[in-house]
Amino acid sequence: MTIQITLLGLLGGTVIGFLSGVVTTYVKVPVSTRSVVIAAGALVALYALLRLGSWLADTYMAGVPAVAWSLLKLLVVVAAVWRFAAYLPKALSFLAQVYILIIRGTPIVVQVMFIYFALPLIAGWRIDAVMAAIFTLMINSGAYIAEIVRGALQSVPKGLKEAGEAMGLPFWKILAYIIGPVALRRMIPAMGNQCIISLKDSSLFIVIGVAELTRQGQEIIAANFRSVEIWGAVAVIYLILTGFIALTLKFVEHRTQIV
Amino acid sequence: MSIVEFKNVVKRFGDNTVLDDISLGIDAHEVVVVVGPSGSGKSTFLRCINVLETIQEGDIVVNGLSVRGTPAQVRELRREAGMVFQQFNLFPQLTALENVMFGPLHTRGVSRRQAREEAVALLAKVGLEARMEHYPGQLSGGQQQRVAIARALAIKPRLMLFDEPTSALDPELRFEVLKVMQDVAEGGMTMVVVTHEMEFARRVGTRLLFMDGGKIAEDGLPAELLSNPPSQRLREFLRHVS
Repeated sequence: MTIQITLLGLLGGTVIGFLSGVVTTYVKVPVSTRSVVIAAGALVALYALLRLGSWLADTYMAGVPAVAWSLLKLLVVVAAVWRFAAYLPKALSFLAQVYILIIRGTPIVVQVMFIYFALPLIAGWRIDAVMAAIFTLMINSGAYIAEIVRGALQSVPKGLKEAGEAMGLPFWKILAYIIGPVALRRMIPAMGNQCIISLKDSSLFIVIGVAELTRQGQEIIAANFRSVEIWGAVAVIYLILTGFIALTLKFVEHRTQIV
Repeated sequence: MSIVEFKNVVKRFGDNTVLDDISLGIDAHEVVVVVGPSGSGKSTFLRCINVLETIQEGDIVVNGLSVRGTPAQVRELRREAGMVFQQFNLFPQLTALENVMFGPLHTRGVSRRQAREEAVALLAKVGLEARMEHYPGQLSGGQQQRVAIARALAIKPRLMLFDEPTSALDPELRFEVLKVMQDVAEGGMTMVVVTHEMEFARRVGTRLLFMDGGKIAEDGLPAELLSNPPSQRLREFLRHVS
């Protein structure tokens, strides 16, 4: 269970982290009073639009066929995206920065408690404990991986980007074929850290009763009181798992080293 | 018909005007050598041609394409202008051969086999057929710069831009790079070269631009300007570099 949670959590976290890392590196939006006010304004406008839509649906549009109504809504959405498309990267960068700020700024135990116990009260749906654990690890590691990715991308010499630009490559190709391969190698040590930290953090999901390694150790001890043997065994199992991660990444690092 | 046309170009970094109302044309097959004291704007002049720097006023037209065009037009323009950097900027994760194949594969959509054949020929031309499978980290500075020249030539540009190509090299390694550049020039390539190599300017250049304070202070034949500097500024500059 520990392995499953860690693997899925890290997988999702890597995807979230790479997207957030790339967008925060290349779209610069300062988190300032001005940008916060604009973001709040955009949220209020969005909410007002949604309310307006549902109000219209209940009153004037009550008799209109559903197809026409959804078509109209689609038109409004397309028009809005069309109008504000130029701001989309900035909005995403801002969102990513707020996400990183919140997730890095709160303990993982609080995050998982919030998702497992508080979210059902707010949103009305509840997920089972394992899903909550995986989801928490995803968003938690994602925030840290975003910063790892940003650091690695920034460490790549600017000249390589210019060499790609001077060839007439579009930005995504420069990122995929030039900056990416160099940055990926530079991420390996920090990613090793994050994988090991996430694996060990999965032990904290004991607070929502997920049957991960630490919890299982505790349950066995509750039956036979053999603290020394069981906690020793639990520690050794963690050590084997983290050792495996460390060795794997060492191997990858060695194989992909740039001469 | 000029291959590069500067029209009243102004470039500023903040309050600092780096290029001050520059207008000139560069014709096909010219080898233009740009010299000047540091901070005179010569590197910026070069980098504006392939839009590594954006200009504030005026326009530059390269092979019929404006630097103020759409992103797609700018990319097309850049494919007509091969660039060689002071710091080589080879892709460190690729071998010399892969570096040279990179441009044709990703910008021209050439097949792998054809890109390889052309890259091998280009590396032979710069005298590195024995170093094809080496990574940039395994090559000397002079060899790296020759690979960089082959890489720029591989996308079949109409003109070549050299930004102080020998400034990061030891004196004894400069010769091999300058020799390759001379070969390229003799092949009829249009070149714009920012350099401190006066000997190269005299022997290979067909036109010399002396930049000072963001303006083109002198524009003429290298042999005449160098042996008989018409202005006090150029005289002083030449005394300091040679």
